[in-house]
Amino acid sequence: MPSVWIDYDLCDGCTLCIKKCPYGAVELQEGRPRILDNCTCCGLCLEVCKQGALQTDIQQRAIPDFSSWSGIWVFAEQHDGRLADVGLELLGKAREIGDQRSEEVCALLLGNGVEDLAGTLFSYGADRVYLVQDPLLGTYSTEGYTAALARLVDAYQPEILLVGATDLGRDLAPRLARRVGAGLTADCTGLKIDAEEGILLQTRPAFGGNIMATIANRFSRPQMATVRPGVMEKKTGFPSEGVLCREEAGITEQTIRVNRLETRAEEHEPIDLSKARVIVTAGRGAASKEGLALLGELARALDGELAGTRALIEEEWLPPDRQIGQTGQTVRPELYIGCGVSGAVQHRAGMSGSRYVIAVNKDSRAPIFQVADWGLVGDLFQIIPELINTLSDKAPGSSG
Amino acid sequence: MNIIVLVKQVPDTTEVSIDPKTGNLVREGVESIINPHDRHALEAALQFKEQHGGSITAISMGPGQAVDALSEALGMGADDGILLSDPAFAGADTWATSYTLARAIEKKGDYDLILCGRQAIDGDTAQVGPQLAELLGIAQVTSVCGVESLESGSSRVLKRIKGGRELIHCPLPALWSVVSELNTPRYPHMERLIRACDPKSAIVTWNAADIGVKTQDVGLQGSLTQVIATFPPKTERKGEMLEGDPRSMVSSLVARLRENKL
Repeated sequence: MPSVWIDYDLCDGCTLCIKKCPYGAVELQEGRPRILDNCTCCGLCLEVCKQGALQTDIQQRAIPDFSSWSGIWVFAEQHDGRLADVGLELLGKAREIGDQRSEEVCALLLGNGVEDLAGTLFSYGADRVYLVQDPLLGTYSTEGYTAALARLVDAYQPEILLVGATDLGRDLAPRLARRVGAGLTADCTGLKIDAEEGILLQTRPAFGGNIMATIANRFSRPQMATVRPGVMEKKTGFPSEGVLCREEAGITEQTIRVNRLETRAEEHEPIDLSKARVIVTAGRGAASKEGLALLGELARALDGELAGTRALIEEEWLPPDRQIGQTGQTVRPELYIGCGVSGAVQHRAGMSGSRYVIAVNKDSRAPIFQVADWGLVGDLFQIIPELINTLSDKAPGSSG
Repeated sequence: MNIIVLVKQVPDTTEVSIDPKTGNLVREGVESIINPHDRHALEAALQFKEQHGGSITAISMGPGQAVDALSEALGMGADDGILLSDPAFAGADTWATSYTLARAIEKKGDYDLILCGRQAIDGDTAQVGPQLAELLGIAQVTSVCGVESLESGSSRVLKRIKGGRELIHCPLPALWSVVSELNTPRYPHMERLIRACDPKSAIVTWNAADIGVKTQDVGLQGSLTQVIATFPPKTERKGEMLEGDPRSMVSSLVARLRENKL
């Protein structure tokens, strides 16, 4: 095993190495940094030390030549002939990256009888659509889709491949990445090209949203990432025509071992909170029949949706499709109003992209106030009725 | 029915905080727990064993202290445990982790089912399960929320999807990741837990040599992705606390909303 050590004659105790270490493996002890056992020898501390005090016998890993890999690819998820929004959102991002890198933006459209969707993909920024149609791709299967996509990756060698971090995407992307030999970053909330190296920098929350990590994928291609729905912005207005390439799926019935026998829908149509312009969120402080009735009224007054924190869903005050947070939905409405929401990091991970945040809570120390534009400390049963009255009195339709 | 359950020891992320001065994670004093989702995988394995017999092996990769997660698994009722621990495994991404687990599982052999939690609460990637299934060449079902039938070589399971469930036919051997609604995990049995913590318990430790992997193929060296920076989540909020009684707070709030054309 290689190691990293410190030449204390050179160290001036600046602590930059401590700040840089993503593993918390450098600690200040008696005014001097000390490297702990959980050091992974990633070498990041060496880059920041101005004194040259950090030393190592790590061998630099050679980065293979990937100059022949080109194209920014997006998996266009569709269900029963309807495109998932996340694919269109990713095309917006891919367009931006493609323009920067002067590379083609391609959408991957798999299914049976889905040809009509290609025009939409062009109009959201794709230069080229790879269309793979096969009766065996009519419903999603991990193995069928993995095989068909791996065939495309092997044939055309894209530089980047983005997949929505949906149920389907999180099932498909890791299997595909492993098959094509690519590194994969999960659930990204930010993507950008590094100006010097030209690689994709992938940013994602970790440790329950307590920290953001930027991840690079230097040693394999394509650079693969799944991206949270609702995070990237769609770009429209591109011509609805482009290059349509029909491809074979290259699979047989034997490819697919796991089969969907039937789908059992929930009794009610699930709410897609990511489309709401205004979201009123109930936290534990609103966990009562009266509280929820009041917040429901506010949501209606603002033409918005009612949502809840994990506690409210677990205690069955609200159905699971109305949960915001790490284990629920990620939302970015124009206006988020948290009522009786304490603002645990897991919840904040799902709402921090909101345009404006209002927090109403009795406890002035509640963490939600740290991420609020406007904070109101007080009893929501006094504040919310007042707000509903003011909104309906003075300017009907002011929500719009 | 021989079942392998993957368990991960994680910091209790609800206890993790950020040092406001350095922007680093404060890990001191944060309890290490068994990943909560993995407890549902263990419970499922125990119920299957109760119905079909067989044995349950819990496998974990981590530093020496991760043995606690395996002890807890044995305390719940797993038959034996394998800890994959070697300094060379440190810093692994999901690519290197799935490779390491695959080599260990191939060495162990003889399994019908591999169960894991939906995702780990520290990394939240949900990638290792499918990557491992691919490496082992077995079928996978993610987000299993119910089991309708399970027999040797074949199963029918329910998979949670947005807005409903799917009934899936899945051949065995297979890997399933499970969601919490599948079951309510039992508490560890005190006597079993004490026995599991005995040095002579049924937990073995395998290092890189034991599973026959090269150190450059595991850990950070064997990873395809790398963390290159960490930083605290940014907020660019106005952070204005409105003052006064409810009426005046509300009127200043509505004024702010108007100013910002909301």
